[in-house]
Amino acid sequence: MAKVGNVINYEDCVIHVDNVSKSFGDLHVLRNVDLKLYNGENLVVLGRSGTGKSVLIKLISGLLKPDTGDITVLGQRVNDLTEKELMQLRLRIGFSFQNSALYDSMTVRENLEFPLVRNKRNLTRAEIDREVEDVLDGVGLLQALNQMPSELSGGQKKRIGIARTLILRPDIMLYDEPTAGLDPITCLDINGLINEVQERYKTSSIIITHDLACAKMVGDRMVMLLDGKFERQGTFEEIFDTDDTRVKPFYDYNFIV
Amino acid sequence: MGRKFNNLLLEFARLHRFLMRVLREAVSPPYEFKEIVRQCYEIGWKSFPLIGLTGFIVGFVFTKQSRPSLEDFGATSWLPALISIAIVRALAPLVTALIASGKVGSQIGAELSSMNVTEQIDAMEVSGTNPFKFLVVSRIIATTIMIPILCFYIAGIGLFGGYLSIIGNDQLSLLSFFTQVFDKIGFVDIFAMTLRAVVFGFTIGFASCYVGYYSSKGTEGVGKAANSAVVASMFTVFIEELLIVQVLSLIS
Ligand SMILES: Nc1ncnc2c1ncn2[C@@H]1O[C@H](COP(=O)(O)OP(=O)(O)O)[C@@H](O)[C@H]1O
Ligand SMILES: [Mg+2]
Repeated sequence: MAKVGNVINYEDCVIHVDNVSKSFGDLHVLRNVDLKLYNGENLVVLGRSGTGKSVLIKLISGLLKPDTGDITVLGQRVNDLTEKELMQLRLRIGFSFQNSALYDSMTVRENLEFPLVRNKRNLTRAEIDREVEDVLDGVGLLQALNQMPSELSGGQKKRIGIARTLILRPDIMLYDEPTAGLDPITCLDINGLINEVQERYKTSSIIITHDLACAKMVGDRMVMLLDGKFERQGTFEEIFDTDDTRVKPFYDYNFIV
Repeated sequence: MGRKFNNLLLEFARLHRFLMRVLREAVSPPYEFKEIVRQCYEIGWKSFPLIGLTGFIVGFVFTKQSRPSLEDFGATSWLPALISIAIVRALAPLVTALIASGKVGSQIGAELSSMNVTEQIDAMEVSGTNPFKFLVVSRIIATTIMIPILCFYIAGIGLFGGYLSIIGNDQLSLLSFFTQVFDKIGFVDIFAMTLRAVVFGFTIGFASCYVGYYSSKGTEGVGKAANSAVVASMFTVFIEELLIVQVLSLIS
């Protein structure tokens, strides 16, 4: 299941997390974290629940502010941006939430057109419909167009959530635990979709997960968040070539018979 | 003790920030007209049946219960005047506010907190829409507009309920009933009623949105938020009613 067709440019760093710390009260979630995402790359962030993986991507998209340190996204320092500039930057970042975060009072169609209608006000009805059908077809769910989110399965919701972010043609995709809570076959589907997105839309992506199959399938490079720091990084084999008791169980769990 | 006091201060600071943000974003463009109209429909229009029914019952029952005491003095002809004063000066805004606290408050509290729990608010923010303006400000504007309208509606229906109760016993034309009703209330009374309704409308929207927007994560947070939205709305409405009554009696 080797990946083909993606070109990574290691000269072009699209996200640079530089020495960032974040605490909530007495809880130090991230301590002096450094991370780079290169153009065209799928970077997997591994880590146990509650280690601050979601906090990391919320910092990147400006939903949270770092206590110290700098975050540069597509050449812009997130902390220095005005509200307006931040909004503009966010349109270039797609965010797939752990629970899909579909607007449950709207149909699938309304969910998909929401970002378009709100940000590109000069589009005609026909253009909007074409875009909606295009991305929906891309995730293979054209038949769900007029359904409500509550009528969809977890995997379908995930796909619609991803389609909703793709409709703005983002340069960067952030996936928060894309396979959490899904059955193995749906997981394979979603992993395939993540690779397809990378190829088709030329995105650079951060994929947060603790699912090793997902990590292996979609990741070009991996980092592991341990006690608020990225202590290990590299390929899949490099990460797990260790006796560290905080790391080994991730690997061993997959081979318990 | 020190910690509790500290938390209370922090809560007040947050409330103050929330209020300032609501006021700032309500007056600064872009305006979410479409969403405001939609919320007026959701919050106001859909409350008309319940509000109407309540108004009718209040007017009818109040009149029926007042009759015996007036009868003792042979003063049942004062009923229209009594009803009009009771409904316009006291009952209409208060009953509207209490019904709306229950119906609209719980709806807003549950909606916003479930959107918060399932990260829909975050999703909105990262896709280029200001969720505060889109979700919070539009709802508060909608309640501030619709509660006064509902209040006039409840007053009208309440008076009509009173009329129906009266003609069960006496001969009285609708025209002379309303002539007597408007004889007793002046512009000041109507103005005071409207003012109260506007204040209550803003309060219900504000309190419910605040509770929903800052609800704790987790599904039990949704039920809690719906519940606290109602309690907070009602409680604040009562306090305001007391204050307004004091101020009005000082003025007149
Ligand atoms: N907005 C917040 N306020 C307070 N604590 C938070 C907030 N967001 C996350 N946390 C805490 O930070 C820690 C890391 O959370 P998170 O990034 O969601 O973990 P995960 O790695 O499972 O995604 C958790 O202990 C969580 O309770
Ligand atoms: Mg998480």
